[in-house]
Amino acid sequence: MAIPESPNPMKSSLRNASGGVLCYFILLLIGVLAFSIRIFSVIKYESVIHEFDPYFNYRVTQFLVKNGIYDFWNWFDDRTWYPLGRVIGGTVYPGLTLTAGSLWWFLNSLNIPLSVETVCVFTAPIFSANAAWATYLLTKEVKGTGAGLTAAVFLSMVPSYISRSVAGSYDNEAVAIFALIFTFYLYIKTLNTGSLFYATLNALSYFYMVCSWGGYTFIINLIPMHALLCIVTGRYSSRLYIAYAPLIVLGTLLAALVPVVGFNAMMTSEHFASFLVFIIIHVVAFVYYVKGMLSLRMFKVAVTVLVTIGMVVCVAAVAVLIAVVAASPTKGWSGRSLSLLDPTYASKYIPIIASVSEHQPPTWPSYFMDINVLAFLVPAGIVACFLPISDASSFAVLYIVTSVYFSGVMVRLMLVLAPAACILSGIALSECFDVLTRSIKFNLYNLFENPSPIVGDSSSDDSAVSEKVKYDRHSGSDTHEEVLKSRTSKKYKKKEKDVVEKIVRKPKNEKRLLVLPLEASIFTTVLIIILGSFYVIHCVWAAAEAYSAPSIVLTSHSHDGLHVFDDFREAYSWLSHNTEVNDKVASWWDYGYQTTAMANRTVIVDNNTWNNTHIATVGTAMSSPEKPAWEIFQSLDVKYVLVVFGGLVGYSSDDINKFLWMVRIGGGVFPHIKEPDYLRDGQYRIDSHATPTMLNSLMYKLSYYRFVETDGGKGFDKVRRTEIGKKNFKLTHFKEVFTTHHWMVRIYMLKPPKNRIRGKLKKSKFSLKKRSTSIKDSQISRPNPWH
Amino acid sequence: MALFLLLDRLSVLVVVIIFAILFVSPSFSSTDIRILKAERRIDLTSSIVRAFHTLQVENIGDSHASEILLAFPPDQAKHMADLQASTSQGKKKKKNYIHLDVNPIDSSQTPNGAKLFSVSLNHNPLKTGETKTLELLVILTHVLEPFPAEISQSESQLVHYRDSAILLSPYPVKEQMTYIKTPSKKVESYSMVNPTNRVGEELRYGSYADSAPYSYTPIIVHFENNHPFAVIEELVRVIEISHWGNIQVKEQYRLLHGGARHKGVFSRLDYQSRQSSSGVSSFKTLLAKLPPRVHSVYYRDDIGNISSSHLRLDSKKSELQIEPRYPLLGGWKTSFVIGYSLPLESSLFEMSDGRHCLKFNFGSPFLETVVDKLTIKVVLPEGSKEPTASVSFPVEQHHETSFSYLDIVGRPTVVLKKENVVPENNTPFQVYYSFSPFFMFVEPLMLVSVFLLFFITVIAYLHTDLSIRKAA
Repeated sequence: MAIPESPNPMKSSLRNASGGVLCYFILLLIGVLAFSIRIFSVIKYESVIHEFDPYFNYRVTQFLVKNGIYDFWNWFDDRTWYPLGRVIGGTVYPGLTLTAGSLWWFLNSLNIPLSVETVCVFTAPIFSANAAWATYLLTKEVKGTGAGLTAAVFLSMVPSYISRSVAGSYDNEAVAIFALIFTFYLYIKTLNTGSLFYATLNALSYFYMVCSWGGYTFIINLIPMHALLCIVTGRYSSRLYIAYAPLIVLGTLLAALVPVVGFNAMMTSEHFASFLVFIIIHVVAFVYYVKGMLSLRMFKVAVTVLVTIGMVVCVAAVAVLIAVVAASPTKGWSGRSLSLLDPTYASKYIPIIASVSEHQPPTWPSYFMDINVLAFLVPAGIVACFLPISDASSFAVLYIVTSVYFSGVMVRLMLVLAPAACILSGIALSECFDVLTRSIKFNLYNLFENPSPIVGDSSSDDSAVSEKVKYDRHSGSDTHEEVLKSRTSKKYKKKEKDVVEKIVRKPKNEKRLLVLPLEASIFTTVLIIILGSFYVIHCVWAAAEAYSAPSIVLTSHSHDGLHVFDDFREAYSWLSHNTEVNDKVASWWDYGYQTTAMANRTVIVDNNTWNNTHIATVGTAMSSPEKPAWEIFQSLDVKYVLVVFGGLVGYSSDDINKFLWMVRIGGGVFPHIKEPDYLRDGQYRIDSHATPTMLNSLMYKLSYYRFVETDGGKGFDKVRRTEIGKKNFKLTHFKEVFTTHHWMVRIYMLKPPKNRIRGKLKKSKFSLKKRSTSIKDSQISRPNPWH
Repeated sequence: MALFLLLDRLSVLVVVIIFAILFVSPSFSSTDIRILKAERRIDLTSSIVRAFHTLQVENIGDSHASEILLAFPPDQAKHMADLQASTSQGKKKKKNYIHLDVNPIDSSQTPNGAKLFSVSLNHNPLKTGETKTLELLVILTHVLEPFPAEISQSESQLVHYRDSAILLSPYPVKEQMTYIKTPSKKVESYSMVNPTNRVGEELRYGSYADSAPYSYTPIIVHFENNHPFAVIEELVRVIEISHWGNIQVKEQYRLLHGGARHKGVFSRLDYQSRQSSSGVSSFKTLLAKLPPRVHSVYYRDDIGNISSSHLRLDSKKSELQIEPRYPLLGGWKTSFVIGYSLPLESSLFEMSDGRHCLKFNFGSPFLETVVDKLTIKVVLPEGSKEPTASVSFPVEQHHETSFSYLDIVGRPTVVLKKENVVPENNTPFQVYYSFSPFFMFVEPLMLVSVFLLFFITVIAYLHTDLSIRKAA
């Protein structure tokens, strides 16, 4: 993993060249690994878009490819949130769509006829290879090539990132993680070189990140935190200024260009930290400037004057700030950000955020599942970052600390933690190998040559120097302008290098004293390799088994082979071919994106949960008895109602299991829906002890309509593992128009209004009679088993 | 009952008389030919109607007759997918059939808009006084009209078939007989044109003697037909030839159940548990006969792979049994794509003049389905020239250019279009073109040179130093 170090200083140039080639080759292999570990889903299942949000992104990309960029910005989508519609151009993060769209356009201009779907499916694996390379660059800036390669290997297969970037998982995070790491790399690169060129690139990369994902606020808070940390710890330099100030100015301007962000880049509280630090860094820069101009006594006078003026300015600034916060449209913080700061916020105030499983706090096993052995290597990496601490390594430490906190709040943000964990584990592992291989080498050298310790020292120093040289050469060969810059900066660097090496040499000498015994180091090396291979095995398993299922097609292994449950697509396909183009389909919001993308039908609510009232309306309809539900749906011009039901085959994430959230969200807006009405003694149940409200709710009826006839009168629900409470009932306001092969999706049509009154009168008598007879039946049939 | 029969007969008689009066006047019918004996066997067992006509024609005029006219009601002519005529030659043992050309001719003069077709006897004209036996195969699609037009899941499908009890012909017919075969014994009703009788699954009309030219006696048969009415509304077949050894076929289907429309509730429970009585006219699977030696078969639609299909390969044929995502009830539609690859040598032949010839089946590989609109695109390799297509029946053709992997000038494409295609059209067609093997290497060479150029550029870049100030 680390670059092999040969003890012979004579062949150093050849060794550097071969080291460079080896390094590029390893990087290439890492890219191939990152790509290929993610195509398990295509091999095991098929080349298809996964889950929910990717379907929306796919649909947007199709629109972009078909209608061009201008229509895309102006796209008003009337297929969703009926009757409100949604302005897509102004409410999506366009980065992913534009990336895949331009990738498709590029390929097609070369006459490579790949479909939009294929391009979308493979966007995520391609970008995870990019992310691995970006990790290499970032870690190299922090701790050198060896650590960089190790971190890149870790990142290329970290399960947390795989979960969001398998082939087909066409989601914002897939490109955003690359953008995130690359932005951090450019920041560190600027910090290390002080080059305005990188600072500009950094702003552009930040722009790409803003285009891609709402998680850009993490960058715009983390970088100011780091800048502040540097200033507070007395590490202010002109390089920090160049790294920070242009990013904020250019970055904010560019971010405001993205329609979905717009003036939020100036006005929401998420961005205030960056402006505050922007002011501070200017004050500090001014102080340093003045300090350089004045003599010591004059400076002290100036400081007292400045502090008094500064206090006044600060008070004014704080007042303005508070005023702005109070006046800003979102009262400062958005709901999701607030739930980040206060983990209990969402569950208290916004059930819709809390209802999404990826917004729940993670459990301990999910850490082990998602970052595996990295969790144990991270502390070692943090320690390694402090030996010695530099601007870059302090950034790595800050990054891990903040991302650990955020990942603890939301499972979804585990994704932000993963790169940090990889970087620090890479550093840790690389440092370990460094120490261990050095001690093995040193011991072997002692064993065979019987030398003096000075030789060992010089060799290790040599390798350090040669690495530096090599590093310079790399940066020099990148582009031509860089050659000039790196050459000019070389002078700085030489000065700095002297300083750094003085610092470095001390620990080096200590390290040399810390040479481990041969047996111990060989043993530890073997152990670390075993640890690494556990990680690899776990990652491959996670990629192949845990994260590659597309979730729209399910499989189960039984004794007679593989069984495929393709009910979702069956239903969507039926809808798209056998209903009118402008029919409206109501379902719980989870299936909104899929319905619009796969069935091309108008939906009432979808996964972009922007209008709570609208979702609550659908939730209320689902939790109401048939007639009020029919009235609600009729008022929304709904023609079909789609429910997902897993009771026949045991598919556990069906609508009955989500039903309490419908009740909660509905009840949040329409108080006549009360959660306790659906619970018996605080327990959610659908068996004979269920409450009448529950048994009469539309969701219950649509799910279990004629279910009892499937197994000869028992009605055993395989998910809830119980017999259902109400078995024989008829629908008065809805009729079944389609049920898929395994009953997983059931589609009902609203009966037209004219049949309502007659049907209802009859029905009420009929159902009364029916109910009494069914009770009688059960009473009569009860003794039967005992005979 | 007897009274009804009498009335029926009377009305038929009236109709016949009216028709006779109407049709005697036109001068178009050449009366110097008459049909001695006509026999029709109409097969209504599937959704495609096949009628076999055996006509014994006699020339009673003075001159040779080089063509014989056939007449069809306009409704049938509109739905006619194919009309084949042949005549037998020789004695019983050495009987061989000669295929005859049939062409539609201008029929503006005919009474009631009957459409005329002429069977040409160019090679062997009918001399005066001679008789000849003509055999016709008429294939009609979309003539079985579901009645009732909408049925629920538990009902079976009933259809109407309309025809004439008497053969519509521009010539007088001396004696004739019509047999109609229904798929089952369930016949709701049928028109009586005495003598008419029904034996099992067969209805017999006739025999009738001495009917005048253009006489027409409408009949209606109302019977049960639960045969899958699979209609492919549109089929686009793209056949792409690569001289590296592969023929790739991609077929895009839009499928419709063309029978009685489904109304009301669809209950999966009934459909699965009571298969004999529920949704009997629906169909779940379709069988396609693919060419032998196919490989890389796929079956998918817009939203991904469809996992329910079976492929049986053997040395003579390949059978692909597909299941659409959902069973098709009346009026339901679906769409899908089937693709497969074939080894080049199975369908591509080299002619003696150095040209290449692709021989491929026209029509859809599905059994007993009607294709309303068929488009075949034969994509020839880039650089091939002078493509010509030959098909044994009239089709609309034109040429276009399509672009695929790394093409620069594009691939010449022959486009063939035909409407109303039935399984009988599933005969081979040929596409001839000339192609030089040099063009096979254009794209690899292009890639090689691009990469070479790229590497040279990188090498050159690494060895140039454009900096103004030399490093110390």
